[in-house]
Amino acid sequence: MKHLIDPMDLSVEEINELLDLADDIIADKDRYANVCRGKKLATLFFEPSTRTRLSFEAAMMELGGNVLGFSSSDSSSSAKGESVADTVKVVSCYADIIAMRHPKEGAPLLASLKSDSPIINAGDGGHNHPTQTLTDLLTIRREKGRLEDITIGFCGDLKFGRTVHSLIKALSRYEKIRFVMISPQELEIPEYLREEIFDKKGLSYEQVQTIDEVIEKLDVLYMTRVQRERFFNEADYIRLKDTYILDVQKLCNAKKDLSILHPLPRVNEIAVEVDDDERACYFKQALNGKYVRMALIMKMLGLEAGR
Amino acid sequence: MKIDSIQNGIVLDHIMAGKAMLVYKYLELDKLNCSVAIIKNAASHKMGRKDILKIDHPDYDINLDILGYVDPGITVSVIKDGATVEKKKVGLPERIVNVVKCKNPRCITTTEQGIKQIFKLTDPEKRTYRCIYCEAENQGEQIKW
Repeated sequence: MKHLIDPMDLSVEEINELLDLADDIIADKDRYANVCRGKKLATLFFEPSTRTRLSFEAAMMELGGNVLGFSSSDSSSSAKGESVADTVKVVSCYADIIAMRHPKEGAPLLASLKSDSPIINAGDGGHNHPTQTLTDLLTIRREKGRLEDITIGFCGDLKFGRTVHSLIKALSRYEKIRFVMISPQELEIPEYLREEIFDKKGLSYEQVQTIDEVIEKLDVLYMTRVQRERFFNEADYIRLKDTYILDVQKLCNAKKDLSILHPLPRVNEIAVEVDDDERACYFKQALNGKYVRMALIMKMLGLEAGR
Repeated sequence: MKIDSIQNGIVLDHIMAGKAMLVYKYLELDKLNCSVAIIKNAASHKMGRKDILKIDHPDYDINLDILGYVDPGITVSVIKDGATVEKKKVGLPERIVNVVKCKNPRCITTTEQGIKQIFKLTDPEKRTYRCIYCEAENQGEQIKW
């Protein structure tokens, strides 16, 4: 694996290997404390991010490596008009591996064509965010003990949500996944995804408008935010907005071992009261993000922990 | 109507009727100094009506990718000393480079200098091409920008 640009760049075997390694890191952190000693990760964040950048940096630090980079385009030469290609060529002289976030879609792919160091896409606009997908897969596997035979509900903005699209694509390669899409009509998953993933592969899916009608059958509930500006008219937003807010009341009919995921940041789509419910996994999910990034950095640098 | 046969050059046959000018523009044939014959709505057994382009240029290096993208049914015949020495159908190209421009305003190609516009064929049945950077679908034919 030279670069990671699209979650589908990884085969199922490669994903499973990464998740196994992440599990091993969680189980024995000390063994991995010096794996990246002397190595440098550059975090090139052309737009602000909290979780992704910090988790990449924390991941490299926990592996004993060093971190350099910038956290907004204002503090890089792109403010002077430098191209992405030039920035990456220069940074690859200084860093062993590069994690890059950019508001323009395809910027990390361009970077990968120019860089001598491995590039990890840390999010390119509304396009791809492969390390979030790995985070989600690790969380589901750790919570459920498997990535097969799962009924997963995706709730909220399924039209524009890149994390949802990537996770659907990744899960579509595992056996017996039943997809339940919960969204207002305006925010249903794009037709091309429905055709290319569900229809072509003959996967089981249903589309509903409320959480209540399906909550009892879900093993995993993946929440996303419904933004007001996505609706065509205000009346529909007001009618539907509370439908997509998860609270303790809605969880009454849910399975006892439901796992609630959210890529974060949350605004109000999950009531704060749900945080205390043991089925809430979204903060564990954020922590898992660090471990899966540690595994990814190791794999991409070709490093292994000593015995 | 009689059009002289060319001695050395290329004949593009079986162009979908009405598309000859599009091919002419894509291939930038207006920049050539040689004779170019554009035959529109010629009778065809197979197609009913078709267009034909004859380029009287012995060394013309034709971009087959552009041709395939515009109309994969086109037949290219290479003529030498008045005889056909090579004949082939172009078909859909897997990739097209600097033929069409990505229209997604969020794509890196809208801001990066000197970047090649590359599209790849993702659905041959529907003739869908997607930008390799942002994966946006190409929205129909466009003349070079």
